[in-house]
Amino acid sequence: MKWPAMGYARVDSLDELWRALDAAGPEAQILAGGQSLLATLSFRLSEPSGLFDITRIAALRGVSVSGSTLRIGALTRHAELGSDPLVAAHAPLLAKAAPLIAHPAIRNRGTIGGSLALADPAAELPACVVALDATIVIASKGGERRVPAADFFQGLFSTDLQPGEIIAAVEVPVATAASRQTIVEVTRRSGDYAMAGLAAVLSVQANGQVETARLVYFGVGSGAEIAGGASAALVGRPLDDASIAAAQAALTDDLDPPGDLHGGPELKRHLARVLTGRALSSFLAPAEQAA
Amino acid sequence: MNRRIDITLTVNGERVSRSVDTRIHLIDFLRGELGLTGAHTACEHGVCGACTVRVDGDAVRGCLVLAASLDGAAVETIEGLSDSGEIRDLQEAFVARNAAQCGYCTPGMLVTAADILTQAPNASREEIREHISGNYCRCTGYQAIVDAVEDTLTARRTREAVR
Repeated sequence: MKWPAMGYARVDSLDELWRALDAAGPEAQILAGGQSLLATLSFRLSEPSGLFDITRIAALRGVSVSGSTLRIGALTRHAELGSDPLVAAHAPLLAKAAPLIAHPAIRNRGTIGGSLALADPAAELPACVVALDATIVIASKGGERRVPAADFFQGLFSTDLQPGEIIAAVEVPVATAASRQTIVEVTRRSGDYAMAGLAAVLSVQANGQVETARLVYFGVGSGAEIAGGASAALVGRPLDDASIAAAQAALTDDLDPPGDLHGGPELKRHLARVLTGRALSSFLAPAEQAA
Repeated sequence: MNRRIDITLTVNGERVSRSVDTRIHLIDFLRGELGLTGAHTACEHGVCGACTVRVDGDAVRGCLVLAASLDGAAVETIEGLSDSGEIRDLQEAFVARNAAQCGYCTPGMLVTAADILTQAPNASREEIREHISGNYCRCTGYQAIVDAVEDTLTARRTREAVR
């Protein structure tokens, strides 16, 4: 249906935003790309008193590398994640995730900050930043604070963001020669929200042993789900058919997926196991994959 | 906060100034205020693609863009793309392949497919399908639509090779 009556104001700097938020009170919301927020207005799932459009705040834009950290501004659009050379070089997981997020016209507007702030349990980017062990940079009138991505998400559509705070950027540790990163998912229609998905980040030593592993599933719980048992099943072992099978087996205790429109918990568990095999096999040398 | 906003933007190259209600989206603005009825209102929550137009050169869902946010923007609709001749060959291929049945999805399909012509001139059928996967055709005439896009790509490549 049509959107509810609401106010709108564009703010051009962070200082202007803090003043505006103080004056407007808690019923006002922040508008970035709007690709989820505006759809919720159509369903009347939210009826904000007004929207503050932050899309022209220059301080929230841009992708840069400093030392071993890749900083991605909150207003970076999904299409930009998919085409930015710094993202491709230093956080290939995010470059691989971009084409999986909705459709081209949505990717041209939707932003990484907006997706993380929404914390949809079936969305790709929350799982990616948790898998990458990224840091969420949160800004408010009082300054900046940094929160590890795993602590930032607090359940279904719920985050550590407090009233008066916004996401300013995401800081990602840059990939090394040992990094292996990929994302896989199963959807009903290309670009739809995932029935189940997996963002996998491993560090593999020169001798083939897995040094660290973070397997983070989406669409199978209330948020980005870290599979501690499956991840641990890989560490200290060579990545091969046996360790992959061990990770798949450990998933049974890691995941407790609720049923949804797509199917019951057992279907979700099955999909998670299949995706685990696909993701980890993609890290094997071609000869081993064929075997 | 204001419930009306004055905006000045260009639509299909023409400068337009209006005072808009803050609750209306780009498609209701184009259709209701400007009489440009090419972009269609359908699902109004970003799923179907019938309202696809360009904002600042990028294809977007018009139903997920606030009209009030477009001060200074450049909007192009199917009317503008038709007048400029940019996709004349694509439109002719849609006719030749009977890719418009009821026609409701067609303006959105054309604006979406126009990106393939410039960004992926060598796109396979699979890639064409992937690119238009966000546009629904309820007549389910996808085969003919993919045919039309593929024909256009092939014809453009052939012309390029001759030149």
